[in-house]
Amino acid sequence: MRERLEALRKEAEVAIQAADDLEQLRDLRVQYLGKKGELTAVLRGMKDVSAEDRPVIGGLANEIRSQIENLLAEKETAEREAALEKRLAAEAIDVTLAARPQPLGGMHPITAVVEQIEDIFTGMGFVVAEGPEVETDRYNFEALNLPQDHPARDMQDSFYITPEILLRTHTSPVQVRTMEEKEGQVPVKIICPGKVYRRDDDDATHSHQFYQVEGLVVDRGIAMSELHGILAAFAEKMFGMALETRLRPSYFPFTEPSVEMDISCIKCSGKGCRMCKQTGWIEILGAGMVHPRVLEGAGYDSERYTGFAFGMGPDRIALLKYGIDDIRHLYTNDLKFLRQFQSV
Amino acid sequence: MLVSYRWLQKYVDLKETTPAQLAEALTRGGIEVDVIENRDGGVEKVIVGEVVGMEPHPDADKLRVCSVDVGTDELLQIVCGAANVAPGQKVPVAIHGAKLPGGIKIKKSKLRGVPSQGMICSAKELGLPEKLLPKEQQEGILVLPDEAGIGTDVKEILGLNDHVLELDLTPNRSDCLSMTGVAYEVAALLDREVSLPQSKEAATKGEKPLELVLDAEDDCPFYAAQVVEGLQVAPSPQWMQNILLASGIRPINNIVDITNYVMLEMGQPLHAFDYDQVTDGEIVVRRAHPGEQVVTLDGVTRACDAETLLITDGTQPIGIAGVMGGANSEVKETTTTLLLESAYFAPPSIRKAARKLGLRSEASSRFEKGVDPERIIPALNRAVELLGEYALGKPASNVKTQSLGGSNEVTVTLRHERLIGVLGVQIPEEAVQDIFRRLRFPMEKGDGVYHVQVPSRRPDISIEVDLIEEVARLYGYHRIPTTLPWGQQSPGVLTEEQRIRRIIRRTLQEVGLFEVLNYSLTSPARLSEVEFPLATGYRPIRLTMPMSDERKVLRTCLIPQLIETAEYNVHRREAGAQLFELGKIYLSDEKKLTQLPEERWELAGLITGETLAKHWDQEAQSPDFFSVKGILEHLFLRLGVKDVSMRSARYKGWHPGRTAEILLDGTPIGLLGQLHPQVEEAHDLGETYAFQVAVAPIITKVEGVIPTARPLPRYPAVTRDLALVVDQEVPVAQLEATIREIGADLVESVTLFDMFTGAQIGEGKKNIAYALNYRAEERTLTDDEVNLRHDEIVAQLSTRFDAKLRQ
Ligand SMILES: [Zn+2]
Repeated sequence: MRERLEALRKEAEVAIQAADDLEQLRDLRVQYLGKKGELTAVLRGMKDVSAEDRPVIGGLANEIRSQIENLLAEKETAEREAALEKRLAAEAIDVTLAARPQPLGGMHPITAVVEQIEDIFTGMGFVVAEGPEVETDRYNFEALNLPQDHPARDMQDSFYITPEILLRTHTSPVQVRTMEEKEGQVPVKIICPGKVYRRDDDDATHSHQFYQVEGLVVDRGIAMSELHGILAAFAEKMFGMALETRLRPSYFPFTEPSVEMDISCIKCSGKGCRMCKQTGWIEILGAGMVHPRVLEGAGYDSERYTGFAFGMGPDRIALLKYGIDDIRHLYTNDLKFLRQFQSV
Repeated sequence: MLVSYRWLQKYVDLKETTPAQLAEALTRGGIEVDVIENRDGGVEKVIVGEVVGMEPHPDADKLRVCSVDVGTDELLQIVCGAANVAPGQKVPVAIHGAKLPGGIKIKKSKLRGVPSQGMICSAKELGLPEKLLPKEQQEGILVLPDEAGIGTDVKEILGLNDHVLELDLTPNRSDCLSMTGVAYEVAALLDREVSLPQSKEAATKGEKPLELVLDAEDDCPFYAAQVVEGLQVAPSPQWMQNILLASGIRPINNIVDITNYVMLEMGQPLHAFDYDQVTDGEIVVRRAHPGEQVVTLDGVTRACDAETLLITDGTQPIGIAGVMGGANSEVKETTTTLLLESAYFAPPSIRKAARKLGLRSEASSRFEKGVDPERIIPALNRAVELLGEYALGKPASNVKTQSLGGSNEVTVTLRHERLIGVLGVQIPEEAVQDIFRRLRFPMEKGDGVYHVQVPSRRPDISIEVDLIEEVARLYGYHRIPTTLPWGQQSPGVLTEEQRIRRIIRRTLQEVGLFEVLNYSLTSPARLSEVEFPLATGYRPIRLTMPMSDERKVLRTCLIPQLIETAEYNVHRREAGAQLFELGKIYLSDEKKLTQLPEERWELAGLITGETLAKHWDQEAQSPDFFSVKGILEHLFLRLGVKDVSMRSARYKGWHPGRTAEILLDGTPIGLLGQLHPQVEEAHDLGETYAFQVAVAPIITKVEGVIPTARPLPRYPAVTRDLALVVDQEVPVAQLEATIREIGADLVESVTLFDMFTGAQIGEGKKNIAYALNYRAEERTLTDDEVNLRHDEIVAQLSTRFDAKLRQ
């Protein structure tokens, strides 16, 4: 009996060691430890063993059973690991292969700039207002201190539809519309982005259609220093860098004093380069204190209230900010161009 | 306005101020200097020489060998090819080592074997502006005046040691359209002295008749004239020609040049009529009769209307006031007596006439902005003085004036407190007083106020805020600090509409579409290519004066330009295009607008060609109807818009079998479909899908809607498949509607997971397979319940659509 058990132990050890996959191990488990397995068969012969030998043989049989169990378990674990290793090795890929592209379009750079402008000004408490692109002569000109014979009407030759109706030449009419709607209430604090139109031949720096963002603040005690403060804060946020601003006198019929604001050149930081025509300065917007006639015309007492207005061109800002050399690129919609702004 | 630095120096002290510093001061003062041009163009070592001898070249017909005296011990031998070279002439000589504009260097050389010790120069070679040169200077060498001293630097003679500042004047600063005005401005900015020429009325014994009649009071309230006789027409002096050239005006002859010179100097345009052509020495200023014609001195016959202001001699027109003289009264070589006009013409009248006749001149542009009435007579005196000096003219009448309306002296009051309030900077009273001194505005100081007398040269100043601007300008805008507004603060926000438009843009960008911006103006032909039902019946709004046929009307649909954009890109080797535009269309049903049109925000998209390129493990992808429909549904899902449905539609320019009307709550809001193959072909596009939807109804639908959370399902769902055979024409949307209607509270979702046709199904039939999810909110559904409802659905589908259950 003992010999048979020892022989079984040897045989099982060899067989388990020789097995090289999990299936064989499963078979071996059945073969040795199963209900009809060899160990069971041997143990069935226990009845022939003498009573005093029984515990010893029984002990030995149990020892062999657990030994085979362990051997099987170890081997199984090893095999499972090997199989996993093998699978993982087979599954290896070249991680440097190109990705399967996900669709991604892009926003137009002008829209991007307009949104940036909106975000900066809403952050400073401005409300975004809109108005019609097809305007009356009254809102586009008359109410902005530009009567019929005003010489400044030459500056912005316009597209008329009838003698009274035209495509707006600036977003300034929204100023007047907003003030009229507010019926003398303060504060007025708006920006109005939108398309405007002028009779210009399209070339590298002109477009018959372009964008403008107009701004207006009306309240008690608004001074030119506030105009400077708000617009300097805007410029810094827009171009994302510390820059200097300077105001220069200018002329707009609907503001007085009128200013143009320059920023220190974003390319050369004011040292002088081609972009700033060696001046170190780049003009980015026009502004001024709202002309008393405009305030009065829109129902605001110009003695009690003052205000400032400004206008800037997102097209021009896009050209500056993104280094675009020709305004026509903005309206050609060449995908090779638009793709450059997927991250804006 | 072009300003010669050297000339300006005569009128205002520019000591220790370089042209660049002057430009900076002007720009900072609001007179923007666009360009500073160095007139010498790099000319060096070009001196005055006299041609003392001239021989033919032994080996070249057209060349001459000249002996030139340049003031050195020896004569220079110079080979010259110009036809006009002649002994006795003073000429510009580029000697050995000279430099000419464009970096050209002159050295001793040999021309056809004959040594040449320099070059005799033409005007062009010296960098003079070619188009302004008189005819005789456009070809051959430049002949200098006899007075030019031999050996003198030619830059001195031609005034090339100079800089010209190009001013970009704003419309309010017409006072700077003259050297006098610029001198006052510079004097104020830099706090310098001015010294301006003062001419008195010349004494005369002449008795030539001169009568002035003003018959158009509003257009010409003031007119002055004088007759000058004994004139000799000749070239004007070199210095005057130099100044005119520097100022961008072509020298013609002494008479014309003097009138132009005085205009530049004083800002007052003058006109000279040939006195002998003016009947009886009478000038009548009147409006034109309808249909009256004038031949202007450029030889063109101009038709006038009742608004055109004419200068006539009582019988016939001799000029269009302020715009151009008549051919009949033009000053010619033979003119000896002239009538010199100096007048005030009202800006609107001149602006209209100049625009109508398409004539813009230096004179009209000054009248258009209003000339200084105080300078009308001084300018006349100045011109008569110069005519005496440079054209032998003698006054043959007194200065005659005719004036309607009184003087317009303006006094404006400025409150110190208001000044501080508007500028936000504390300027001391003394500083303000000093600014008015620099401006040469007479001022009387009151208690906290300044009473300022505004000179007539500054018509732009008439109210308090004009003075505030003047003070700010001279105080320096750069000294205005930055402060932030205080007081009541309001939250800054986008409108709901703007916020939703942003979501639309972002969503479409993220599914692969590129935003484009097209022009609002387009052509009617382009618009008519593709029909857009929501704009049908509206006629595109036309411009009265379009710049081109391509930009003639306001768009009524966005798709045609998207097609154009796609075509443009495909022609530039793009394999496809995925585009969208969020913009307005403009609609009016009026024939002639009496009110503003409707401006409708629309969203349009176009997808053509490859949407994804062939990849190492993926085939190239291209759009079909359902991928584009998917984009729209994705967008609606993102926006939370429900109740969108589609139904098949047929419109011009669209594929008749692959186009759908998009409905929101049953109302059409747009179109989605494949473009008609003929349209695709016309634009070199492959299969192309487009859509356009109105934005407003979408916004109305989602504005302010906040999603409310529902409890998560607590009871299990039961899934049943439903395979049906129906006629191919039956739209599946109707089947689904029936399933949902009957399924009501029990059917949670309906998913179409299979659809096919084929012989096994039968001709004209399709097989449709749905997975239905049943679930009740408050209990576990029993099989019986589900079966009952499922059978009811099948029964209804069968009655309504003749659907057969497929086992
Ligand atoms: Zn720079």
